[in-house]
Amino acid sequence: MEQKLERKKIDTDVLIIGGGTAGCYAALNISRNSNLSVLIAEKANIKRSGCLAAGVNAINAYIVEGRTPQDYVDYATKDAGGIVREDLLLSAAEHFNETAEDMERLGLVILKDENGKYVARGNRNIKINGENFKPILAKAAEEAENVTVLNHINITDLLVLNNRVYGAVGFSVKEQIAYEIHAKAVLVATGGAAGLYKPNNPGFSRHKMWYPPFNTGAGYAMGILAGAEMTSFEMRFIALRCKDTIAPTGTIAQGVGAKQVNARGFVYEDKYGLTTSERVYGTVRENQLGNGPCYLKTSVIRKEQDEELLKAYLNMAPSQTLKWIESGKNPSEQDVEIQGTEPYIVGGHTASGYWVNTNRETTIHGLYAAGDVAGGCPQKYVTGALAEGEIAALDIVKKISENVFIDDAGILQEKASDIMDSYETVLNAKAGLYSVEELEEAMQKVMDEYAGGISANYQFNEKQLALAEEKIEGLQKLAEEASAGDMHELLFVYELRERLVVCKSLIAHLLARKETRWHSFNENLDYPDEDVAFEKYVNSRMEDGKIKIILRDLVKEADYEHQN
Amino acid sequence: MSIRINETHCIGCGRCTEVCPGTLIELKEKKAVMRYPKDCWGCVSCVKECPVGAIDFFLGADIGGMGSTMHVESEGDILHWKIRKPDGTDKIIDVNRKDSNRY
Repeated sequence: MEQKLERKKIDTDVLIIGGGTAGCYAALNISRNSNLSVLIAEKANIKRSGCLAAGVNAINAYIVEGRTPQDYVDYATKDAGGIVREDLLLSAAEHFNETAEDMERLGLVILKDENGKYVARGNRNIKINGENFKPILAKAAEEAENVTVLNHINITDLLVLNNRVYGAVGFSVKEQIAYEIHAKAVLVATGGAAGLYKPNNPGFSRHKMWYPPFNTGAGYAMGILAGAEMTSFEMRFIALRCKDTIAPTGTIAQGVGAKQVNARGFVYEDKYGLTTSERVYGTVRENQLGNGPCYLKTSVIRKEQDEELLKAYLNMAPSQTLKWIESGKNPSEQDVEIQGTEPYIVGGHTASGYWVNTNRETTIHGLYAAGDVAGGCPQKYVTGALAEGEIAALDIVKKISENVFIDDAGILQEKASDIMDSYETVLNAKAGLYSVEELEEAMQKVMDEYAGGISANYQFNEKQLALAEEKIEGLQKLAEEASAGDMHELLFVYELRERLVVCKSLIAHLLARKETRWHSFNENLDYPDEDVAFEKYVNSRMEDGKIKIILRDLVKEADYEHQN
Repeated sequence: MSIRINETHCIGCGRCTEVCPGTLIELKEKKAVMRYPKDCWGCVSCVKECPVGAIDFFLGADIGGMGSTMHVESEGDILHWKIRKPDGTDKIIDVNRKDSNRY
């Protein structure tokens, strides 16, 4: 029987796509500062969606006593080889502490000393119990006045005309309903992209990755297709993580001071440098040289610290606690083996994402970006996502009060209808030769082998990238034929298509930066050295279906505005 | 990475189906069913949400699973994490939500 979707139309002042850290905090701040109606469209449920589902052990971006926001900017700039937006970093850093204190007022537990001051971990971190960080934030957003949350709604397309956004279109992942949502302003806060490359555990535990497997690059893809300018996709993020569980390492590296050692016990981290990419590169090299496996040396810690570490991981990555128990050895009795993850595109760690002005408005009028989907501001982490949500929220409130963004619910209805038709086409298509799962696997293999994945030691050359491009285009054609039996399968079809769009842009960016500025993150074997000619941003915009690369000079002004 | 839902204990409240960040769990005939085991991230949101401790979390054999399962029982701010080992013995770790991570 032919599947037909019920079609619903909604009007709101502000639409927020994605109710993760940045999206929820933006909603809360629009509510606090205006009477505007806010709608959060969330693909899962905001209680545990996004990066903080399992929890987080520290606030990794905080200005500790004796440091300044500018120190943070300098640190992140150096770590990214200079390819950052200092205006974005500074404006985020100026909000880190205030957002942490706000979260504490909402119920987050932060470790304090006897004088009531937050206890620092190193130069930029404070320690928390973040197991329930997301439920606390989600509750605040849900209870905020004029905020409506629509859970289990997947947005696929932005409604854009003449470079101005008017809303978005999506579908329920549980019911046979399609949504056309009109808004004066739209904030994209969908997170970054995992699952582009073959993962560390490609079998049964394929989704045991560090970055959320449900962050599929939807926000990037809808922006790319709508003609938004993107930046620095080639600055991929590869995390150094606990082997198998892909659990974060900060709690043992910074928390108990465990050093990176190779199988021969040699502390190799000093040999390759201490930037984020150098730590990954060093581990890859040691393995290539036959000195693997590599470890974080936890076997020097005191026995009393074992139980604390087991607890700490339960609050953030419970699989690692279970792994220690399954192995029959505590962290004091064995070093923790480490490995690099598959490459992710994530603006919270590196600088990939939407090209935004200082207020986080994208190059499309009325369209904002915050959190991992927003570029130029690496190492923003959780407080940076909160900060960007707040910065975008305040500018949206200001612009709407000044009537800069107007409502037009009548516009683009035909386009919305076409998009909904395409959902029905997928639902009613006959099952083709290849399943979505098979196409996803094919995409991950192409990216792994030809665009610098784990099996290629993160390295590539131009010939390989050209092959990757050709093969991804082939898979895009096959994905056009994909079918879905129900709404959840429809979600899988769109996630695959989104990832392929992101892969294509990523390959174009990797091809454009003809140098190696960051080992592992962007290691081009045809251009193995850094080149001053590339002290520029590699940006891109889709024009007539083709990706156009734009090299932009580094932004030095404190307040950057788009010129279009 | 995945979970096992104990059909006998499940009361069909649907809370796990609501909270899963991948929307991977469905209700079928008033019982929660893990529809996509290979798509589980291992965040244990469902394990924490289950009011009757019917969901067990385990490590796939491909990432070091040796047969232990884990679930959690909440009592106010205290989370009692119970790990049942293959030999039938339990390890219990209590975590207080009011206590910060020390590292």
